[in-house]
Amino acid sequence: MTAPAVEGNGSRANGASPLLEISDLAVHHGQLRALDSISLQVFAGEVYAIIGANGAGKSTLLRTIAGLHHPSTGSVRFDGADVTGLRPEQRARQGIVMVPEGRRLFGSLSVEENLKVGATYARQGPWTIDRVYEMFGWMRERRSQRTAQLSGGEQQAVAIGRALVANPRVLLLDELSLGLAPVVVQRIYGMMPQILSTGITVLLVEQDVSQALRVASHIQCLLEGRTTLQGRPTDVTAEQVERAYFGLASSASGGQPAEGSDA
Amino acid sequence: MAWVNAIIQGVLTGGLYALFACGLSLMFGVMKVVNLAHGDLAVVAGYIAIGVITVTHIPVLWSFLIVVPVMAALGYVLQRTIIQGALDRGVLTTLMVTFGLSVVIENGLLQFFSANSRGIGVGLSLITASFSIGSQIQIAYLLVLIFAVAVLVLLGLQFFLSKSKFGRLIRASADDPEATQLAGADYRHVFGIAAALAFATVALGGIAYGMYSQLSPTTGTDTILLFAFAAVVIGGLGSLWGTLLGGVVLGVAQQIGAQINISDEVLAGYIVFLAVLVLRPQGLIGRRAQS
Amino acid sequence: MSTIAQTVAPYAADFRVTRSRRSVVWTGAGALLVVVVLAYFPYIVHSGTTAILVQAFIVLTLASMWNLLAGYAGLVSVGQQAFVGLGGYFVLILGLHGLSPFAALPISAIGCGVAALPLWWLVSRLRSGYFAIATWVMAATVMLIIEKFSSIGGGTGMPLPGLAGYGPTLLAADTYWAGLAVTVLALLGIYLLLRGRLGLVLTAIRDDEVAARSSGARIGLARLLVFVVAGVGCGAAGAVLAISQLQVQPSAVFSINWTAEMAFATIIGGLGTIEGPIIGTIVYMVLQQTLQSYNAWYLIILGLVAITVALFARRGLWGLVDDRLNVRLFPVGYYLRPQVAGRSSDGKDA
Repeated sequence: MTAPAVEGNGSRANGASPLLEISDLAVHHGQLRALDSISLQVFAGEVYAIIGANGAGKSTLLRTIAGLHHPSTGSVRFDGADVTGLRPEQRARQGIVMVPEGRRLFGSLSVEENLKVGATYARQGPWTIDRVYEMFGWMRERRSQRTAQLSGGEQQAVAIGRALVANPRVLLLDELSLGLAPVVVQRIYGMMPQILSTGITVLLVEQDVSQALRVASHIQCLLEGRTTLQGRPTDVTAEQVERAYFGLASSASGGQPAEGSDA
Repeated sequence: MAWVNAIIQGVLTGGLYALFACGLSLMFGVMKVVNLAHGDLAVVAGYIAIGVITVTHIPVLWSFLIVVPVMAALGYVLQRTIIQGALDRGVLTTLMVTFGLSVVIENGLLQFFSANSRGIGVGLSLITASFSIGSQIQIAYLLVLIFAVAVLVLLGLQFFLSKSKFGRLIRASADDPEATQLAGADYRHVFGIAAALAFATVALGGIAYGMYSQLSPTTGTDTILLFAFAAVVIGGLGSLWGTLLGGVVLGVAQQIGAQINISDEVLAGYIVFLAVLVLRPQGLIGRRAQS
Repeated sequence: MSTIAQTVAPYAADFRVTRSRRSVVWTGAGALLVVVVLAYFPYIVHSGTTAILVQAFIVLTLASMWNLLAGYAGLVSVGQQAFVGLGGYFVLILGLHGLSPFAALPISAIGCGVAALPLWWLVSRLRSGYFAIATWVMAATVMLIIEKFSSIGGGTGMPLPGLAGYGPTLLAADTYWAGLAVTVLALLGIYLLLRGRLGLVLTAIRDDEVAARSSGARIGLARLLVFVVAGVGCGAAGAVLAISQLQVQPSAVFSINWTAEMAFATIIGGLGTIEGPIIGTIVYMVLQQTLQSYNAWYLIILGLVAITVALFARRGLWGLVDDRLNVRLFPVGYYLRPQVAGRSSDGKDA
């Protein structure tokens, strides 16, 4: 499967303004620089994938967008407005909702209660708890169960559902495939078209490069906190991705390696 | 028969202890805060009640209506400011800050009210009366009333936490504050509400104690705090009904100790407390250990 | 792929590891001078002053112990008054068997150290909040048990025997020297303890307990040692307290106020540094002496200041000084300095 996901009404090509725009972002963990000069634009309807090795800064980037980290420089703009100073819960209510790494379900709450929490400050929209039950057929029957009794894939489904019921405009997915069997991962990513069809834009972080290339309309590769590659899956070769991922010399053809990226 | 009386007294006193314990359990379970000033707050509530009654001459039972909301508001403010600030800096800081609060409150009360103990005069003769079963069992109506109130409060809390929207948010924030943020909730506000609830219950306990016994500036740490904590530990953290069970066990242990030797009442309770801490720290029906 | 050792090895000869920036000799000489001057006080000041200083010595010793527990081992104990009381009662019991209180002092301190062992067994598996409460209950229980023995005064206490033959001036002086000796030994003991391997283990625990455990550090043993040392120190202070008050009263020696004082002094002065309790004790004594006639006010103010410091100036007053001047009176860390004769580097300590 090589066809990338829906390109999002061509808004990028039409010169419309991006839904989510990160400009020159730098994030420090104490003295350690986790992200440096990161810029990206996500347009409505796209599936934007961030790839990179462990420790490259992918999750830090997503968490900064969600508001859990404060950048030292740079800005996050959402729908034209600067949200850099907003707290995570404020961003969530505005429509930037994250499915955190490791699921992070509420252990003492049931499946349904987890969804209800997600729906507490939901925006108006097509997603309801019922609709989530329809998407994941098994969930309605087990909605009173404690989440600790679910399998990894089922927990991931609940975590996604919890984010969906908030009716986000941008859905941030942090390492969906972590700890899950490939078959399960495929099934979960198979939900992507349904999610996109309701007008949600997706920004995801993924360690599994081939999976990311399969679903994404745009990818960006990070290495040691810097961007090493940016472009569309159809425009980059496997060697380019490999080089960007592992940090070997970048090439000038096809996709766009970031300027000034280190070897 | 004296033993049966002792056990009944112990069980009923357990209701009062549960009233103190549930606020402590709430704050510890939700915010992971061991509020060393918990007992002193009960005493503060009692003193406020005495003050209100003295100034306005309203019937004693109406003092609840004023004191409980005032304490709840105080709880919200304290949580959002000092306690949250301490939480952000770590567990050690939280312990030190609540301990500091305890000392400040106690000495403040000592400074302004003297060390004398005082009670909340319960004018209604019905409440000061008691009824008898047989010749050796005497049960004070007030104690039964307090027990009933404790059960009602626990039922109310249970219902609120398990069924209501905010109760769900409180439980979610207890599990994972960050994930609750990601769901759009300000966990610091949620913590504030939880603290308000805790302070409200401790206010009830303080007023009840003032009616049943006497309050002095040091009652908070002499008596209430350790008993409340004992009830939480014995019953088990994470279970509201556990605090009732813990309170009952504590009360009964104390009464049995008093039967053996009248001055060993408190000591008996402490020994049971220490035994549970050493042998079964998760308590009798607790689900979680100390977190 | 080279290891860190292989990368660093070529440069190893260029550096040496030292224990302090300036020579320890100067600080040591200064400390010795202070102690000698203090030792002369009974000859040159009024006994009212030495009595106040005895109080200061007691608080300083207690604060240093609390600092060791909370600032280095991460154990917030609100039950150290158990050892204060036990120290006093050991002196009383030994006195009833004919031993002079001053001779009983070291024995009482050791006795408290021994008593700390079963008490540690009670509380050692508990963490933070539970640990704190458990120590409080432990202290309350110890007091209640002791009060049951009327042979040592029951609930009202007893005067200390063996002091009848003392003239007041000599007694005041001996009490003062006892307090000074206890304080000096306590500070010296803590300093030496933290300079050694225990100090490294405790710092490791403080920074990252899981990593410390996996690197083989004997954490349980370290904490036990700290708890016992704190027991000895608090017991010694309690013995001095009993001697200074000429009596032992349960409600006085087992009072929670001791924990309040030692905790506040440490927090205000600076948790986690040996110098901190010294500063904190000075602040405490100044406040106490100034507000003496206002009963509970000094504890109220002390408490409020401690809360403020804990929230806003985590490393206390000494931390503020230390940040500016980068001074350590009690060097327990390590510095990396270049092997260049005559010049010192800017190495930060561990």
